[in-house]
Formats: sequence, C-alpha cells, structure tokens
Amino acid sequence: MNNNVNQNTDCSTCGKCADTEETQKQMQQETSKRAKLSNVDANGNPLYTFLIYSENTPGLLSQITAVYTRRQVNIESLNVCASSTPGVHKFTVTSYCTEEMAKMLTKQMEKRIEVLRASYYTDDEIFILETSLIKISTPRMLEEKNVGRIVRMHNAHIVEVNPTYATVEKTGITADILSLYDNLNQLGVVLQFVRSGRIAITKSRVEHLDEYLAERERERQNEL
Amino acid sequence: MAERISGAEALMRSLVNEGVETLFGYPGGAIMPVYDALYDYRDRLNHILVRHEQGAVHAAQGFARVSGKVGCAIVTSGPGATNTVTGIADAMIDSTPMVVICGQVGTSLLGTDAFQEVDVVGVTSPISKWSYQIRRAEDVAWAVSRAFYIAKSGRPGPVVLDFAKNAQTAMVDYEPAKVDFIRSYQPIPPMDKDVIKKAAQMINESVKPFVLVGQGVELGDAREELKEFLEKAQMPAGCTLLGLSALPSDHPLNMGMLGMHGNLGPNVMTNQCDLLIAVGMRFDDRVTGNLKTYAKQAKIIHFDIDPSEIDKNVKVDLAVLGDCKQTLAAVTELLDETTHQSWIDGFKPYAEKEYNKVIDKAIHPKSGALLMGEVVRKVSEASNNEAILVTDVGQNQMFGCRYFKFTKGRSVVTSGGCGTMGFGLPAAIGATFGAPERTVCLFCGDGGLQMTIQELGTIMEQGAPVKIILLNNNYLGNVRQWQAMFFNHRYSFTPMMNPDYELIAKAYGIPAKTVVERKDLDAAIKEMLSTDGPYLLQCAVLEEDNVLPMTPPGANVDCMMLEV
Ligand SMILES: Cc1ncc(C[n+]2csc(CCOP(=O)(O)OP(=O)(O)O)c2C)c(N)n1
Ligand SMILES: [Mg+2]
Repeated sequence: MNNNVNQNTDCSTCGKCADTEETQKQMQQETSKRAKLSNVDANGNPLYTFLIYSENTPGLLSQITAVYTRRQVNIESLNVCASSTPGVHKFTVTSYCTEEMAKMLTKQMEKRIEVLRASYYTDDEIFILETSLIKISTPRMLEEKNVGRIVRMHNAHIVEVNPTYATVEKTGITADILSLYDNLNQLGVVLQFVRSGRIAITKSRVEHLDEYLAERERERQNEL
Repeated sequence: MAERISGAEALMRSLVNEGVETLFGYPGGAIMPVYDALYDYRDRLNHILVRHEQGAVHAAQGFARVSGKVGCAIVTSGPGATNTVTGIADAMIDSTPMVVICGQVGTSLLGTDAFQEVDVVGVTSPISKWSYQIRRAEDVAWAVSRAFYIAKSGRPGPVVLDFAKNAQTAMVDYEPAKVDFIRSYQPIPPMDKDVIKKAAQMINESVKPFVLVGQGVELGDAREELKEFLEKAQMPAGCTLLGLSALPSDHPLNMGMLGMHGNLGPNVMTNQCDLLIAVGMRFDDRVTGNLKTYAKQAKIIHFDIDPSEIDKNVKVDLAVLGDCKQTLAAVTELLDETTHQSWIDGFKPYAEKEYNKVIDKAIHPKSGALLMGEVVRKVSEASNNEAILVTDVGQNQMFGCRYFKFTKGRSVVTSGGCGTMGFGLPAAIGATFGAPERTVCLFCGDGGLQMTIQELGTIMEQGAPVKIILLNNNYLGNVRQWQAMFFNHRYSFTPMMNPDYELIAKAYGIPAKTVVERKDLDAAIKEMLSTDGPYLLQCAVLEEDNVLPMTPPGANVDCMMLEV
C-alpha cells in the first residue's frame, strides 16, 4: 500500500485526511464485485428475502429450513425473533432462487400448520438492514494507518479498543459490510468477523399480517 | 365439574369424544399407562392388536380410505414409533386422514438417549401434516382434538402425537376440548365467484375438454357433483390410480385410467384436448410423464383444495381453489348443456386398439399359464364389481387397478404416491373394519405379501374377512419387467424362492387353495367369495408377464408402448 496523497479526494469524516487513489479504487472494485454477487447468484437468480410469520411453537425453525433444503435451495441468511404482534414469530430468510421457486417455497411454508403467512420480496420492496462486528488486532492497526480511514469512510464505529484488539461495528446493507471487511482483511488486521442475518420490513403501506389475522378472527367469530 | 383422571385416561375420553371406535395398535413400555387405561375402555374402543407397528398404520390407512373417517394407530416409543414411519409417509403423500399416537419417554429423560427414546417429532415432522409432543396431561384433550381436526380437515393427512410417559400418568382435571379453528391454518381456501365464472366460460368455449379425476373427488365426497359436472357438458374423463372409484368404471364418460400403465385413450388424448380440467389430483410424474411435452396444446384448469399444488408440476391457466364438492357444483350451474360427441368418439379407436393388442389377451387368454389380468377381472365380476379393491405394489397392483371394475365410491385402496410394498395385507385388514358390510379383495404379489405376512396373525385372531388373492409369479415382477425392458434382461435379484403359502395359511387357520389351471379358476373364486371370513387364493400366474401398455419413465404421455 503506498501513500500517494490525492488532494482532490475528500474524506467525509474528518475533512482533513485524504485517501490514496489506489485504496479508493480497490474499495470501489471490491464493492461493485460484492454488489453484483449479492444481487444475483452464478445462475443469474436474484436474492429473495422471505418474511415468514408463525405461531411461537417449538420445532418451527426446522420445519421452515426443511422446506428449503428439500428443494435444494441454500439459505444465505436467517434471522428469527418475536414480531410486533404478540405471540407471533418472524423469520427473515434470504435465498437465491427463481421466482417460481420462491412462490413454491412460500406456499409450502404456509402449508405447515403453524405458519401464518409467508411471502417473498426483492430488495426494492423492503428496507433492509444487517449488522456486523469485526475484531482487529491493535498492534497491526497501529502499523496500518489506513485502518482508521477505511473505518470512517464506511461509516463504521470502533466500539472498543484495548492494547490487544479493537472491535469495529458496521450496520448497513450486505455490500457495504462486505466491502469494509474486504478492505480491512486486505491489510491483514482482521482477527474475527461476524455478520448478522438480514432483517427487513416491507415498504408496503398495508400490513398484510394484521389484515390476515383480522380476517381470520372474523372467520372465527362467524364459526362460533 | 371436571373429573380428575390420568392423562392416559384423558386420551381414552378424547378418542371417544372424537368418535373413534376402532384402533390398531401394539403395546410397549412407554405406552403402558395408555394400554392400562384402554383395558377399561374395551367396550367403547375396539383395539385391534396387529403383529407389527407397520401393520397398525397401514390398517389405519385402509380403514380411513374406505370409511372416510380418521384412522387411528397406537404404538410404543422408539422402535414402535419408527416402525410407523413408512405408513406415515404413505398417508402423507396419499392424503389419508390418520392419527398416530406414540409413547415417549418421560420429559425428564428427553434428550438423554434414554431407553427407547427417539426424536419422533423430528423424524416425522417432514412427513406428516402435524407432529406434536404432549408433555403434560393438561394438554391431552386439546392436542387430541386438534390432531383429529387437522388430520381430517382440508387436504387430509397423517398427524403424530408423541405422548410423554409422565403426561400419561399425571392426573388432570379432565374437560373435553373441541378444536375446530386454528388461525394459522385455513383448511379450505374460500371459493372465488369470478374464478368460478371464468372456469365455466373456459369450459363452455372448449371444443375438446378432458377431465382428470383424482382422489380429491373421493376425499371431498363429490362423486355426485363430478358426475353432474361431466354429464351436463358431456366431457370425457380419465381417473388417476387413487381416483379410480370416484366415477363408476362403466360410466359412458369414463375413458379409463391415467398414467404410466393406464389406458391408451386418456393418455393420448391428454395431448390432444384443448382444455384439460384437473380435479383433486396432483400431476404426479407417473401420470404426466415428460412435463416438457405434457398437454402443451391445451389450456389447463386445476380444481384443488391445496394451494401448494397449483403450478407445482404443471403450470395452469386457472386455479379453482376450494372444496371440489362446492366448486364443481358452482361451475356446473354455469355450464352450457352440450355434447362433445365427435371428440368423445375420438377415444374409441384408441380403446379398440388397446383392447385388441393388450386387454383381450390379458383377460381372455386361450392357453398357457394363468394371467394376472384374467384373475383380477374374474374376481371383480364374481363380486358383481361391488367389492373393495386393495392391492399391494408391483404388477399385481397395476393389473389389479387396470382390470378391477368399480360401481361404488371409496373402493380402491392402494399405495399410490409411495408405492409401499407390504401395504396391501394390513390395509385390507383395516378396510374390513372400515366397511364391514362390504367384500374386501386384496391382490398381492409373492414379494409384497412377505413384507407384512405377519399380519395373517391379526386376520386369524380377528377373523377379518380379507379375500387374499396371491398372484404368485415367483419374481419381484415389477422390477423384473423393468430389468427386461431397460436393463437388458439382467435379472439381478428378482427371482425369488417362495415358501408353501398354503401351508402358511394353514398354520394360521385360514382356508387356502392354489389354482394352476385355468379351468379351476372360476370354481376357486366362487369358493373364496362364498367362504365366510378370510381366504387365501394362490394363483400360479405366468412368471414373465409384463404390464402393458406402458409409458416408459420420462417419456411423453402419449407415447405408450403396447407391446414389448
Ligand atoms: C418397500 C418397497 N421395497 C421395494 C420396492 C420396489 N419394488 C416395486 S415393485 C417390486 C416387486 C414386487 O414384487 P411382488 O410383490 O412379487 O409383486 P409383482 O410385481 O411380482 O406382482 C419391488 C421390489 C417397493 N415398491 N417397496
Ligand atoms: Mg411377484
């Protein structure tokens, strides 16, 4: 890594430092490579985000993952937690597959007795977030003066520093997180890296789950 | 006032509440409290002791298929539970309502590799409609009611209850429960009026409509609705293996059986119709053959209760979701009364061709060894075409289904989606309990019979009037046929040395006879049908016979071989 200062480049974080041309170019390359990777897989299949709502009963996770594995679809990321509706769990799963497959997967999931709703989305239909932690070596960080700049340029935070290691936290979309990681990793400073599963909420103005539950409640009243 | 009883007794009460009268089971350590409670319920619950747990589930399936009720099996934990796995998978793919109750070790031992502990929910959840572990006596009433509701509603299927031993022994203030609503489960998708109109319009515009009749028609008790639907617009139909008795065999619009060993006409015409109307069937690969060329010329309408079946194998132009008893009737109302005479007449040459090249030879042989086809047709006719057909798997199954005739609904019990050898004998036992007033004829092979032959003990003990027709070809015939056709006649482990089946029957006190010569067949069948109780009729059939016609696996649906 050389230190040719490019005066035209502005660092948005401190306004004083400037990035090297090379570092920048490399960062861009990495980013675009990753961006491509995360939008479509080698077969040209898009990445779908599945939002699955279920009752909070044991064994649901393995039923849901079984729907994917049986149809040879890899799960890229998975997040499970309580939803805003009491007693309802929300699974956020991402997978590369054809739209036909995405449709089939959601129908098969809804077929499981305790699954309330399953739907799939492309990235433009949802707000997406992921978070990550990168543990880097403090001595190596001190040798590599670009580390601080890379962290700042990625809008990441150092949440802890001690003489042995520092912990960087970065929240954002997959491509940005991976770009930060790739850039730091190239400097050989990374000790550990962890990335969360994706979480997502829909951009729709209609809350489909609430409507579904209300509809089911009406049906229950009618049946009584 | 709630009564204080054990979880095991709560199970008995709950079963009685669900209307259960017949159970098939086998006891063991982890289910002993239940068997102890059962001892006091013998007046209300008829428990049939099978000889192997696989027999219990297949018997429950046979019971369910002919009665329309939920079949019920009770077994112990560990090996008892794993022995039911085949039947659970079979019931799942063939949409058979069944509740399997397995014992389980106490909750304090779960996860410790305790004696006869198996993760039954883990094993069965991918192959069942619902699988649940009862860990507290308080949950028994709720779980049982929910289990029966799930098993029988919507598209039926098997449910597993894994009953921990401590929940069996713990005391509970029993109150009956009634589950008929689960918010995350919509058994019948609502009927859409616009879709009904659109379907009727497509049918009214069609010149060459062809209807595929599946088991959904039987499961939905929609045989009458189907008939009216077909008759009003005079539409020809073909039946799947499991849908064979949904339409009387001799109905003028019944063009025969679909699929790999089905009839020529319905298979060929699938690729000539302009509108394909599938009712309660799932486009199994044994029905469609090569999907790339399947009914490409036609528009397709799919009536089904299960949304996940839509577009699964075959992309359709219109999905009519709902209970076919209602959707068929609703569409029928909007149909024009028409005839499609020339279209219907178009099936005739194929029927004649098949008759001359295949059927006549199969059912009216002049010389040589007995043939499976002739035996099946003779038994069918001798029972006035009113009997229940149960088959095992293999050539016996295909000949059975091709040449048996049906006049009544719920008359075919065969393992379709799973093709489970060993299904036949126990399923036939179950059928005799599910339809005690009817004759039950089982056709099985020498291979399949031996897979669950121990159930002859159940037949003996119960006097279950199963008419067992053993089509003995001394081969694993179906596999041998494939070896002959696709593996250069290399009969790798398909010839089989057989025991003396008459002696075996004798050991179980079951009357038996062997027919070798054609001239003795009629009398033997007559004797079998007029004998009270069980009977074993062994027919020494042609060893190297082939089931024809045949669509080779993966070939186009209209490319049927009529000879080898
Ligand atoms: C449990 C099981 N094992 C293996 C098979 C594969 N299989 C299908 S048909 C068949 C041969 C059946 O032989 P037999 O019962 O004698 O009937 P046949 O075809 O001779 O009438 C076999 C082995 C199967 N369907 N089920
Ligand atoms: Mg055989």
